[in-house]
Amino acid sequence: MSTTTAAPTSYQGTVHELQKELMGTYYRQLTDIAEGKPGKTAQLLIAGNPVELLRTFDLIPVYPEVNALQLAVRKVSLPLIQKAEELGYATDNCAYVKADIGLYHGGYKAPFGTVPKPDVLVCNYVGCNVYLNWFEHLAELVGAPAVNIDIPFIRTPDGEPRAEDVAYVVAQLQELVPLLERVSGVPFDEAKFKRIVTLSARTGELWSRIKALTMRAPAPYDAYFDSVTMMAPLYCLRGTEEGLAFFESAYAELTARAERGEGPLPEERFRIVIEGPPPWPFLRAFRDLFTRWGAVAVASTYSTVGGIWEFGFRHDPEHPFESVAEHMLSANLCNRTLLQRYDQIERYAREWKADAVVIHSVKSCRLFSAGQGDMREHFARDLDIPTLLIESDLEDPRYFSHAQLRNRIDAFFEALEQRRITGAEVVHA
Amino acid sequence: MTVVETRTFERFRDVIEDRSFPTVRAWRERTGRKAVGCFPVYAPVEVAYAAGMLPVGVFGGGNRVEIANADSRFQSFICSIVKSTLELGFVGALDPFDAMMFHSICDPARNLASVMQRNFPARHVVYVHLPQNMASPSAVTYLAGELRRVASELGDVAGRTVTDDDLARATLAYDEVRALLRELYALRSRAPERLATAELYTLARLATLMDPADVAPILGEALAEAEARAERPKDRVRTVLVGSFCEQPPLELIESLEAAGCYLVDDDLLQGWRPFLGHVAAGGDPFAALARSYLDGSAHLSTKHDLRRPRAQALIETIDRTKADAVIFLGAKFCEPGLFDYALYRTALEKHGTPHLFLEFEEKMWLYDRIRAEVETFVESMLFR
Ligand code: SF4
Ligand code: SF4
Repeated sequence: MSTTTAAPTSYQGTVHELQKELMGTYYRQLTDIAEGKPGKTAQLLIAGNPVELLRTFDLIPVYPEVNALQLAVRKVSLPLIQKAEELGYATDNCAYVKADIGLYHGGYKAPFGTVPKPDVLVCNYVGCNVYLNWFEHLAELVGAPAVNIDIPFIRTPDGEPRAEDVAYVVAQLQELVPLLERVSGVPFDEAKFKRIVTLSARTGELWSRIKALTMRAPAPYDAYFDSVTMMAPLYCLRGTEEGLAFFESAYAELTARAERGEGPLPEERFRIVIEGPPPWPFLRAFRDLFTRWGAVAVASTYSTVGGIWEFGFRHDPEHPFESVAEHMLSANLCNRTLLQRYDQIERYAREWKADAVVIHSVKSCRLFSAGQGDMREHFARDLDIPTLLIESDLEDPRYFSHAQLRNRIDAFFEALEQRRITGAEVVHA
Repeated sequence: MTVVETRTFERFRDVIEDRSFPTVRAWRERTGRKAVGCFPVYAPVEVAYAAGMLPVGVFGGGNRVEIANADSRFQSFICSIVKSTLELGFVGALDPFDAMMFHSICDPARNLASVMQRNFPARHVVYVHLPQNMASPSAVTYLAGELRRVASELGDVAGRTVTDDDLARATLAYDEVRALLRELYALRSRAPERLATAELYTLARLATLMDPADVAPILGEALAEAEARAERPKDRVRTVLVGSFCEQPPLELIESLEAAGCYLVDDDLLQGWRPFLGHVAAGGDPFAALARSYLDGSAHLSTKHDLRRPRAQALIETIDRTKADAVIFLGAKFCEPGLFDYALYRTALEKHGTPHLFLEFEEKMWLYDRIRAEVETFVESMLFR
């Protein structure tokens, strides 16, 4: 391994500290509500979501995916998954759902806080069909009013929503208003909705600029491993002043790093695009497998699950319902076709000047993974971009094989190195 | 099983398993028109038929196709039907189809639509988004519009414009087929000794492969034939089968379930082809009528999420209505929608006091001994309770 960089390091700036603090406050607030303090919560899902509308009714968003990933990061997901399996869930069901069901049956008590029983379940069906199952099950368990918001999948070749689709989603969001008024006890206030949408628009603008920073070499942060740090505030706090302030600080800090020419590693040797969710239970170990090769992610699809802002989408306070609808329909990864995802990755590879694409295929999430073999085929063969496909899981630690991953990753970067020296054949593994 | 040997059923057994789609090739030759392959579960077949095309159920390769290319595209943890359907494309078996229709049923099927499009760019892919907010007052208008969009896409493939009259006529044709299937299902539930599930399945599957005008007389004849049988009921456990709504178990497996001592009195096999509880309303906008039937007049499907009525409750109602004593959950391996439902069913069945058996299958399986033995043990435990 003469070619690898020395000590594995990673970027740990104030952004990470700030994120911890904000998320700590968020979970303390949830715990307080669970323990009887005033406050109402709505559960919804990450993919292109209408959090702006929920916040208009002072409903605090709770994302079961964020809870599930926190459980995995703290390495407590397995017993919860097993609890759900005892109850009849299959090994092949998404482990996010199983961890969440296990958490519910354990009184919603997690090491990072207690999740209150939701006052309303809003299933924003944005691409992922498991979402529908998940909230159907929660509706049975929790007994809170539940509604699906049906988001037509993008069916146009250009990736734009049809006017009928926008109208349909707007209608459903408006139909939701009386229910939200009832469960929250807060009347709808359009001016407030617009204010919240304005905050989201500004947050989106900053996030988009942050993403553009990794076009530089070296990239000032890792657009996979460090981006995930910024994702929790993007979802849990989007549409709030605190959330916006977080992104202002992050942007300032990361810009300063970029200007100083600092990256997350002592030396940026390979620029990669990572596709797929991370293995949360082994995030650190997984990162180190790339760090040792000086590989930095300059873009990632996972960071666009909840929204794609880097290609120009912004919420529009003048048309709050329509722009929330548009966000749900087309400005996120989940509701776009696999082929549109190929285009997105290709764009990253070209505009962010990446050397390779790494596909992390996770068993739990078939939205991401189903067909990634075809994706590899496309990138390696049609586009001649070195492409690596590796497998594990995002939540279930049983599917993470460190030695195997290490072998595959090492072999890939060795070959990439070789290609660099000799200009040899395309690498794909 | 003497009944299976009767001519009507026997002669179609090979037809439904033949992945060269003989009925479709013959139809194309005869009519000179085009065909569209419909991936399960529910497809708006009337719309395709209204465009002058033959909508055909494409349920993967069963145990007739060896997967050689598709498993490099889809991982090991993806259900077989997704891979085998793609494989059918690679081996040229989808050549009789000018278009393929996919629906928002699950994540793998959705991604398959993309992979199909990339690998076979000449074959048009139609992707239908079926609504999941069944309670929304906007859903009918949306779905009617979606069906019109599908009509215009398929119309482009077929080279014609689909009119309201076309759709009204097509709907009538399929209504007739579905009404016959409902009667056949009712007969089997009433007198399962007169119609074996393997026979019923053969007929229902045939209806996914033929022009409704051609298959309706066959179904009518089979119904009369089965009604007239004078079989004596055997001492078997009346069982509801769920979980096989998309990928299909081999016919021999279905047979061996009954041979192991069950009468299947209801099932969700091929359910997307017989989703409606009654006729589609005639008169008015036929697109809206079809949309309304799907939204408000169809059975529970594992891929349709109707929060107005819990699906486990629907299963319990089926058990009560069919006077079933047991449930067999026969789920396709790796099929998430089915496996999720099982968790709900299990709790409800335990509460209702209905014994159930959980089984997994793969379309490509050849050996049924283990499953048969499990069912036999289950049946024995039921009979000697
Ligand atoms: S399948 Fe994927 S997108 Fe869907 S809930 Fe699971 S992890 Fe999330
Ligand atoms: S068998 Fe299940 S997972 Fe596979 S395509 Fe059908 S519904 Fe989807």
